[in-house]
Amino acid sequence: MANLRVGLVSPEREIWSGEAKMVVAQTIEGSLGILPGHAPVLGVLLDGSVVKVEPADGGEPIVAMVGSGFFSVAADEVSVLAEQAELGHEVDVQDARQALEDALAAESEDATTERRARARLRAAGIEA
Amino acid sequence: MAAQLRQLRQRIRSVKSTAKITRAQEMIATSRIVKAQQAVTASKPYADQITQALTALVSHHVGIDHPLLQEQPADNRSAVLIITSDRGFCGAYNANVIREAESLIKALRDEGREPVPYVVGNKGITWYRFRDRDVAETWHGFSDRPTFGNAEEIGRRLTEDFLKTDAEGGVGEIHVVYTEFVSMLTQQVRVTRLMPLEIEEAESSKVPPAYEFEPSAAAALDLLLPNYVESRIFHMLLQSAAAFQAAVRRAMKSATDNANELLGVYTRQMNQARQAAITQEISEIVGGADALAESGGE
Repeated sequence: MANLRVGLVSPEREIWSGEAKMVVAQTIEGSLGILPGHAPVLGVLLDGSVVKVEPADGGEPIVAMVGSGFFSVAADEVSVLAEQAELGHEVDVQDARQALEDALAAESEDATTERRARARLRAAGIEA
Repeated sequence: MAAQLRQLRQRIRSVKSTAKITRAQEMIATSRIVKAQQAVTASKPYADQITQALTALVSHHVGIDHPLLQEQPADNRSAVLIITSDRGFCGAYNANVIREAESLIKALRDEGREPVPYVVGNKGITWYRFRDRDVAETWHGFSDRPTFGNAEEIGRRLTEDFLKTDAEGGVGEIHVVYTEFVSMLTQQVRVTRLMPLEIEEAESSKVPPAYEFEPSAAAALDLLLPNYVESRIFHMLLQSAAAFQAAVRRAMKSATDNANELLGVYTRQMNQARQAAITQEISEIVGGADALAESGGE
């Protein structure tokens, strides 16, 4: 079976690109798994969620935190475009923890900061 | 005579150290151009993808409607976003941008519209403040190395104002004056209209796939359009930053060349003065010896 060509892009740089077996992204309405041969879709990402990519070479899955953005799937090409994006192993765990605590302490109406901080921790492999 | 010599030596020393400084600035700018160009290249995939997605969206939903796409004939105010730099030492870079902006503002006035400046960069801000002009909003502190966050901030404010009516302090259209980095030697000031966005009918051999939208086409458009605007602004900021570094490099190069030329002139003058001093000394000695010989001969 063919593989997906995946590009994970933020406005400032390309975060990750390569071949993958499967991509899981979270839209506003729930998780969406994409396998090769998927119908063309353009979806809005949940702000502060995690995108998981399973590389074609069977290596460790790549997990990344994404902020507001969208993804498009067409002809086995998946591009994830997010205004904020960070690979799991690049996350500064302490910084993310601090951000989460700050967000919780602020008790603001806007849950985005909290969700983003949680997503960063999740991407780093720590449940929060 | 000796005083003139000392003065010239001092001048040579000071020109030499100025040349050293400008030479260093030139080299710094050269290395920064490369970085700025890399930033432009790195932002390309995102810009391309978002344009592609937007094209797909618009071409499959003919007659799609969104406030950001609509002309606003009722609104008479026009925003002019002027992108200048925070620092000087860049030749006519800022002067060119401001001149172009001023002629745009005048043209808009002649059309009977009311232009409202939005200024990026310290140089533009001081220019407007010095002349006591009204400015809707200013941003500064990132002209050397703009991040997407900066573009987002500007984009948000502009979109907000665009959606407001005249009475609420909003604007009907948005123009941008920025500098495009054409090559190391050429930087071109550009004036474009950012909003309302225009949908161009283009003949393309590649038909974009018929996308499904998650959750809906309208929601996707809601997200895509502001992002597209921000990515356009980001592109303009990056172009301006690269153009700025190129302008600095050129200005500093000509400053170094001028300093070296001046150094040559001063060195020649100094040599002449030294020769003159020596000649005078000799003639004084000879004159003195002659006088002695004459008086001793008696």
